[in-house]
Amino acid sequence: MSLPTDAVAALEAFQAVGGWEQRARLLMQWGEQLPVLAEADKVDANLVHGCESLVWLVGHLQDGHWQFAASSDARMIRGLVALLLARVNGLATDQLQAVDLPDWFNQLGLSRQLSPSRSNGLNAVLQRMRELSRTQY
Amino acid sequence: MLVPSPWRADFPAIATLQRQDQTYLDSAATTQKPQALLDAISHYYANGAANVHRAQHLPGAHATQAFEDSRSKVAQWLNAGDSGQVVFTHGATSALNLLAYGLEHLFNAGDEIAISALEHHANLLPWQQLAKRRALTLVVLPLDDDGVIDLEAAATLIGPRTRLLAVSQLSNVLGAWQPLEALSKMAKTHGALTVVDGAQGIVHGRHDVQALGCDFYVFSSHKLYGPDGVGVLYGRHEALHHLRHWQFGGEMVQQADYHSASFRPAPLGFEAGTPPIAGVIGLGASLDYLSSLDQPAVIAHEAALHDYLLRGLKARNGIRILGSPQVALASFVVEGVHNADLAHLLTEQGIAVRAGHHCAMPLLKTLQLSGAIRVSLALYNDSDDLERFFEALDQALDMLR
Repeated sequence: MSLPTDAVAALEAFQAVGGWEQRARLLMQWGEQLPVLAEADKVDANLVHGCESLVWLVGHLQDGHWQFAASSDARMIRGLVALLLARVNGLATDQLQAVDLPDWFNQLGLSRQLSPSRSNGLNAVLQRMRELSRTQY
Repeated sequence: MLVPSPWRADFPAIATLQRQDQTYLDSAATTQKPQALLDAISHYYANGAANVHRAQHLPGAHATQAFEDSRSKVAQWLNAGDSGQVVFTHGATSALNLLAYGLEHLFNAGDEIAISALEHHANLLPWQQLAKRRALTLVVLPLDDDGVIDLEAAATLIGPRTRLLAVSQLSNVLGAWQPLEALSKMAKTHGALTVVDGAQGIVHGRHDVQALGCDFYVFSSHKLYGPDGVGVLYGRHEALHHLRHWQFGGEMVQQADYHSASFRPAPLGFEAGTPPIAGVIGLGASLDYLSSLDQPAVIAHEAALHDYLLRGLKARNGIRILGSPQVALASFVVEGVHNADLAHLLTEQGIAVRAGHHCAMPLLKTLQLSGAIRVSLALYNDSDDLERFFEALDQALDMLR
């Protein structure tokens, strides 16, 4: 399965970073590039629980391809979500279900962000995404 | 170094963490353990584990002796004298739940339970749920600007309907000592029982349960340099008479038939099943260790370190400290910076602090904050730990602002 273009760009950028500082700056840059989520979508129904910050996630199927959009009031999690969307947007349902997302963050050098003790909410976002992808076909 | 810790080497994990570039400033969540505790647990398991209060054999006698010695050490640590009993539970949370269930029969619909606005969930939810079960009113005592329970307001809220007062001795978020003696007196005037959550308070200084004037005092071993899985419930004799048995099982029983049973009084009647034997013995060893320290020196060290922390935080722009912390910890937020982002960057730099709501969601909501960063100190911390924290903080804020 070939990677979406944005995912290739993310992988190249993150695999080139030297230290935590550069990685954090890059993460913030990706967060800043996340398209703005419509205010109408920032409602409780779209809020992902289990995050220390507010994270909203919406997703729908468009011509057989998933399009997710998200936002957060915190910058690091916004960057992590942007990296997630780079990997999954445009996939068909069967492709989405086949993606190994923990491995994706591992390849980016961000696997620690998924450790069970982290309460940043990335795990909760992945969970919500799986739920959304099961409710629409 | 400005504030060195003469006790740092007594805690082997601190050196290990330092080798992993980790600076541990989360002792209000749990503390590192002294070598004396590791030795005691290792000795117990290496020399013959046995169940307590059951067996006539020698290993059983040794284990029971060591277990009961720990009970005496805890009573001494609290200066309980012969005023009451020490019950071992599985943590402060289970001690508070024991009280909320064991005292339930004392409450009638419309009675009131008073807690404070700063309670940890462990001293909020058991009472909140008891109030729901019995149609009681949970009265929340407000705080003043320094994060201390407002005594004037408390005097109007604690009244003839109050059956029980449950308050923290020291806030795990605000680091402020609470006016327990005054509150206990108010409760006593109206015939209400007083429960003190000493989970944070017990760790700093020495406290005398007789002087506090409370009926019950609760703390957890793991915050007092002891093992986890052990909690302590001290109860005055008169108050323990009100406590009904809650959990049922082995060794808490006097006589059992298929259809009825009679139960032991405190403490054993409230220690159903095999207790955490190694943990209780370990707590005894930690108390021995703590008792061997020069107590005024420990207090002076903690005060100097806390002062160092506060001065460093106050010297930086945009930092808002929550309340007016007096000891042990400080929680703060930074203007224009999300605490989750700051926590992320501190973690990246090996600074182990706590971020979030600190198990006190209603308090954080009252302060209109989604979370805060908490730095908490222990006797093994030194000013170099704080310097590493400040350096990481400056670096993180540089990136985020």
